[in-house]
Amino acid sequence: MAEKEKLTMVMFSGDLDRALAGFMIATTAASMGMEVTIFFTFWGLNIIKKNEGSLKSQGWMRKMLNVMNRGGSRRLKLSKLDMLGLGTGMIKKMMKEMNMPSLDELIIMSNQMGVKLIACTTTCGMMGLSEDSFRSEVESLAGAAYFLGEATQSKVTLFI
Amino acid sequence: MKADESLDCIGLYCPMPIVKTAEKIKQLKAGQVLEVMADDKGIIKDMSAWCRATGNEFLGTEQKDGEIKVYVKKSHE
Repeated sequence: MAEKEKLTMVMFSGDLDRALAGFMIATTAASMGMEVTIFFTFWGLNIIKKNEGSLKSQGWMRKMLNVMNRGGSRRLKLSKLDMLGLGTGMIKKMMKEMNMPSLDELIIMSNQMGVKLIACTTTCGMMGLSEDSFRSEVESLAGAAYFLGEATQSKVTLFI
Repeated sequence: MKADESLDCIGLYCPMPIVKTAEKIKQLKAGQVLEVMADDKGIIKDMSAWCRATGNEFLGTEQKDGEIKVYVKKSHE
């Protein structure tokens, strides 16, 4: 086959439902032989924060932000009907009963399929997140120019 | 339809049948046929699109009692 087609996504949202949709598209695209890059920014960074341990950040405002906005794939909530976690718990239970992969499993799967996960440096700086705040599947930190460089070569671009 | 290999995706939803097909097809040789069994109707359109994107040949589907069998011929290594 000719040169691989590309899909580049921006994950701006840290909602569980949006993250699931994003990773379902990403893993499918990788299965179709596409080269996939996901660029995480703002609340989307919550998806790729490590689940365990505490996040180290400088200054009381950033420390407080990372306590109130801890993130991690297992802590995300639905954008609708979260109902203090009750709705999110029910959706997770239903997905499990249907043998659907969890967000955590989708992230691991996407990584094994070669999907590149990139964290936005500017929002990382603003929120006081260093590279060790993220799970091991995250490849590196990069800026908007990197996203645009990838996006201009991509047939499909999505902002989620 | 005769197949060289079979893949059971009963009870699985998008994107798993496609992800598993992409994984399984690596084990086949060019010219061999893979049969994928599923019960999620999405597979009919999904698999033909996957074949178009990956350059494999979509041979068709068979349906019986809610069980769907789709056939894919591996076109290249």
